[in-house]
Amino acid sequence: MQEIFPTTPPRDTLKTEEMLINMGPQHPSTHGVLRLVVRTDGEMVREAWPHIGYLHRCFEKIAETLPYRAVVPYTDRMDYLASMNNNLAFCLAVEKLGGIEVPERAAYLRVIFAELNRIASHLVAFGTYGLDLGAFTPFLYAFREREMILSICEKISGQRMLYHYPRIGGVARDITPEIAGDIRAFLVQMRKAWPEYNDLLSNNQIFIKRTADVGVITASQAIAWGLTGPCLRGSGVKLDMRKAKPYSLYDKFDFEIPVGEGLKGTTGDCWDRYWVRMLEMMESCKIVEQALNGLPEGETMGKVAKVLRLPAGEVYVPCENPRGELGYYIISDGQTQALRVKARGPSFCNLSITREIVRGVLVADVVAIIGAFDIVLGEVDR
Amino acid sequence: MPLEPATLLETASAAVKAIGADALLDGIVFRGEVTLVIERDYIVRIIEALRRDPALSFSMLVDITAIDYLEVGREPRFDVVYALVSLEHRHRIRLRAPVPENDCHIQTIVPLWRGADFLEREVFDMFGIAFDGHPDLRRIIMPDNWEGHPLRKDFPLGGATSFYYKQDTDEYAGEPADLVPRIRVQDSDV
Repeated sequence: MQEIFPTTPPRDTLKTEEMLINMGPQHPSTHGVLRLVVRTDGEMVREAWPHIGYLHRCFEKIAETLPYRAVVPYTDRMDYLASMNNNLAFCLAVEKLGGIEVPERAAYLRVIFAELNRIASHLVAFGTYGLDLGAFTPFLYAFREREMILSICEKISGQRMLYHYPRIGGVARDITPEIAGDIRAFLVQMRKAWPEYNDLLSNNQIFIKRTADVGVITASQAIAWGLTGPCLRGSGVKLDMRKAKPYSLYDKFDFEIPVGEGLKGTTGDCWDRYWVRMLEMMESCKIVEQALNGLPEGETMGKVAKVLRLPAGEVYVPCENPRGELGYYIISDGQTQALRVKARGPSFCNLSITREIVRGVLVADVVAIIGAFDIVLGEVDR
Repeated sequence: MPLEPATLLETASAAVKAIGADALLDGIVFRGEVTLVIERDYIVRIIEALRRDPALSFSMLVDITAIDYLEVGREPRFDVVYALVSLEHRHRIRLRAPVPENDCHIQTIVPLWRGADFLEREVFDMFGIAFDGHPDLRRIIMPDNWEGHPLRKDFPLGGATSFYYKQDTDEYAGEPADLVPRIRVQDSDV
């Protein structure tokens, strides 16, 4: 045995060299078309460069040429896992600029569907994260519950993923008793399924070994790189736009903001970011329930001019997307189209830290780190 | 507690004026949002001061972007826009620094916030505004060999002229005409 496996490798004869390898754009763990060029030394990552732009459609250029109403469907395609939140953010910005009032019932419905969409988005994050790390079963469980949300959203908007439901001045359709019943049934099922998720994945020893103490982002690092959403809260910074600067009706509801506490390892590791998402799903259930119980009667569409000509000025409404702070910075020169629309996407900023934290980790951990960011490339590239 | 917009404007203006008498060009409060228009040469020192001031403490960079005023006909042509938020006080501010077309550059703020890296690269890519001292100023979204800057108003909406090769050979076949003219759709069309 001694001859076959020498205890010390013959350093002078063993040829080692650094390799430059491509991860993506078609790698299954990159959640879309992200390309990472990784310089490896054996199993160790020395340096990584993210290359983005494969899904670039120049949304901002399109938004400059279309009337405000026609831009809303384009926002669906940015973060296609959380379309309601994207529509809502754009509508809120236009409404703020134009001083448009939204009926209370419409505002409640927006909150209900934005939160349902947040749960759906976190379910995808949960399912695919398990998939990245080799656990296939949680993915099927997550998509079972997500399917309930998608069919609820299909009933209200006619679409399964790209809803275009929140409109400027209100929402497209009113809720029916049948849909309300579906939502209540979903909440019951979700609360029943959530402990199952934890048994399957959150407390799974293999999963913990793969994610705890991996890709640690300290709070100061997270702030310096402009991280938002679960990535920032996973590092223990309590910043959520729904509480920090409540938009829509979020100041009316009672919910907590979960932050990472380093339960399984260090604060700010991949498990913490994952766990923040898991807890947020339950908080969203609380918000949906409260909004459904307090839903007032009334109109679902406010009075909006047919030709929407907004006053000259600039507004930005920060909203809490499932991935972090999403906001549309709209500059108007008094025309029917915006002079400039800038979408501040959370995934774009969250991705920028990749280069810093994958330095010196194992190649297998790169998958765990990217998965824990939960990026959507449609919104990174815009 | 967040400062009221008027108070925030006053405090921030005083902090900017302390840097240089000509540093502050304008201060705007619109729909409760505070915007300062500042001289671009002071940008790093102004942001540093806004971050250090305990009453303001703008500790986080939210966004960097730019605006092209070609159609409005404003001179200087571009504005580089910085959005800052205070984690402590939860208030926000926006800084706009005018940049002329013939001298298209501004100081980088990557030493202050590392997150400015991607954001400045995006502005460089889309508007062609250079950031002096940026560690890695390359295109980020468009391909490296792309010509032009897509978000400039004089960039055609249908895309830049493209070229194609003849089938099965590498022979250059010419450039197709710009098929999609630059249009602004009217509200009545939708």
